[in-house]
Amino acid sequence: MDLTFNAEERAFEQEVREFIAANLTPEIKRATALTPSVFSDPDIGMAWQRALHKKGWGAPGWPVDHGGPDWTPAQRWIFEAESARAGVPNVNVMGVKMVGPVIIGFGSPEQKNYYLPKILSGEDYWCQGYSEPGSGSDLSSLKTRAVRDGDDYIINGTKIWTTHAHHANRMFALVRTNDTERQQDGISFILIDMKSPGITTRPILTIGGDHEVNQVFFDDVRVPVANRVGEEGKGWTYGKYLLEFERGSGIASAKLRDALKTVSDLAESEATGRAIDDPDIAVRMSEIEVDIDTLEMTELRVLSALQTGQNPGAVSSLLKLRVSEIRQAVTRLGVEVIGNDGLYVEPIRPLYRLNEEPGIPEELLPVVPEYLNSRAYTIFGGSSEIQREIVAKMVLGL
Amino acid sequence: MDLTLSDEQRMLRESADRFVTETYDADHRKRSANDPLGFSAGIWKQFADLGWLALPISEEHGGLGGGAIEIGILMEAFGRGLVSEPYLSTAVIGAALISECGSEAQKQALLPRIADGSLFLAFAHSERQARFDLADVRTTAKKTPDGWRLDGHKTAVLDGNAAGQIIVSARVDDGRLGLFLVPHGASGLTSRDFPRLGGGRACNLDLRDVRVPTDALLGDGSDALPAIEAVVDRAMAALGAEAVGIMQTLLDQTLEYTKIRKQFGKPLSANQVIRHRLADMAMQCDEARSMALRAALMADAEPVARGRAASGAKAKIGKCARYVAEQSVQLHGAMGVTEELDIGSYFKRLLAFDTLFGGSAHHYRRYAALGGRAIQA
Repeated sequence: MDLTFNAEERAFEQEVREFIAANLTPEIKRATALTPSVFSDPDIGMAWQRALHKKGWGAPGWPVDHGGPDWTPAQRWIFEAESARAGVPNVNVMGVKMVGPVIIGFGSPEQKNYYLPKILSGEDYWCQGYSEPGSGSDLSSLKTRAVRDGDDYIINGTKIWTTHAHHANRMFALVRTNDTERQQDGISFILIDMKSPGITTRPILTIGGDHEVNQVFFDDVRVPVANRVGEEGKGWTYGKYLLEFERGSGIASAKLRDALKTVSDLAESEATGRAIDDPDIAVRMSEIEVDIDTLEMTELRVLSALQTGQNPGAVSSLLKLRVSEIRQAVTRLGVEVIGNDGLYVEPIRPLYRLNEEPGIPEELLPVVPEYLNSRAYTIFGGSSEIQREIVAKMVLGL
Repeated sequence: MDLTLSDEQRMLRESADRFVTETYDADHRKRSANDPLGFSAGIWKQFADLGWLALPISEEHGGLGGGAIEIGILMEAFGRGLVSEPYLSTAVIGAALISECGSEAQKQALLPRIADGSLFLAFAHSERQARFDLADVRTTAKKTPDGWRLDGHKTAVLDGNAAGQIIVSARVDDGRLGLFLVPHGASGLTSRDFPRLGGGRACNLDLRDVRVPTDALLGDGSDALPAIEAVVDRAMAALGAEAVGIMQTLLDQTLEYTKIRKQFGKPLSANQVIRHRLADMAMQCDEARSMALRAALMADAEPVARGRAASGAKAKIGKCARYVAEQSVQLHGAMGVTEELDIGSYFKRLLAFDTLFGGSAHHYRRYAALGGRAIQA
């Protein structure tokens, strides 16, 4: 057993560092630091996507014949860790990490040729149409209907909690194409052009003051049958495949460590009156850091299993649970660290484009919005209660 | 980066699992508890024959040159069986202190005897006022014309009653810490031996004008504190692996019980509140496993990284162990608090684990202090 990376991997690490140093502008770095959500605004995220694409690193998890960089699991680890350490923005995860792998796995040759290059280049921006007002945790009860009419489906219904629908030009959605005894069997996976007539989008503001999610309405929206991925009625299988990616995309510890580092720096600064001198805060900081050490080690165990071709299995639910809880612990500690400055509310967004100087030091601005935003972590992508059910079923066989 | 077991390590795990399954059960534990040694001398002989006692000792001193990973594999199996043989005291702590501090002559004399099973060791370091501060030692060693004179008190000396030699830490005239070999039954040495929580035995020692020869001092007399810290970090990694074996057993037994036990016409495990509790227990078992492995992998790293890994593991595994132990009792209902099930024995061993070398609060503080507070990003 060996916890260290070999010489080749060290050289790759150096290459990643050099790439980031050459491409991550101070403006993008500052905008990312001042973004309360993990989802960067498209102008920030897509600028980074274009830089990655130019280097051939636009889609780390994809197979090489679709434009992936052909990295080993260790290289992916190093890339993610270095990216987190440097504070790079998030690219359009709904494209690169969610719909991309589904199209690669189950799409037609035409779909692959048409959509994948546009994800890589950053030309397309994707959103995810899964949840509905009546179908949250019980996703397979979804009612948005696609009725066959010649070469088209006609779609009616509504999707909700759609992150960045107001930025996206494309949506991948689960829709009901059949009424079947088992409700999962009547669901299909479909790709929708957001400019199609009949689609309207309503913003939903979240408690942190951000416009991140939306409700999307479909009123007789025509979508070619050719936009269905895979077989009719198999959408649930494809959708679950994607959720496993969403939950266990594997490498979160580096991001969390970076977030804790930010809180720790604030706690050691005069801006917070050196909050770290409060022994309770110092110990809580250690507790969270140890939790991140633990998560990192679990991620490395998964990585090691992947390298030897083993399937890590239901561990993705386990990781999702801990990642979301640790994220909340970090942001909660941040609120405590900044003390009275946490009472200041800045309603303007984005925070990196304020016209006037804020009433508190700039670096404190995202702290409370980040905490408020992080409350969603234990809810989206399958709530913690659902994840515990999955662990009970898949890990414990209950 | 490779965390898979080698073929040799896999074989070691298989043989340890098999041995523990075939040897240890509730009856065996009862016999050990009533034994004045606290364990079985016959089994210790088998440990020697299996090569487990030679495992942590270097090849040049008649050992097999195994490391923290191999020790962890054994300790996890020992946890599953609640093994009470003094493996930690003799083969992990004792052998490591002699290897780290001893002179070549001392190593030649003592290490092969550990490997062949003829020498038991104990480490007498903790003192009442010190709590878990390894640097706080008031026991004194004064130079005499023909050797050393030791005076002081030691608490929680694990397996001290069985030890042929006790390694006693004491402060030498110049303020440095020295380690001294004190033979069993030395004049002036009073031992108060007691059964230990969770199995095995321990004793408190009183040293009054104990005289030992010059060569009882391990090594050349340079300060032993860095070596003590290194060895205790490795001991905590080993104990972490043992805790993982105990926790896994508690989880397995509790899982089984909640499937069989029926109330309100259905198994306990059909209730979501129980299922989610079990999911949390499984998660914490897995977290403990990660941290025990991490501490073992870092056992030979530079002191700060090693210390943070060991303290982080001790703190985190302690927290997970309390949760798994307490919930295992809770989910067994009233049966969980009786001596009629094994659950209580495993529970008590985890409680002892939590105490040994300091609990979570102590180790979160040490982790923070070693980190100089700044997060290591």
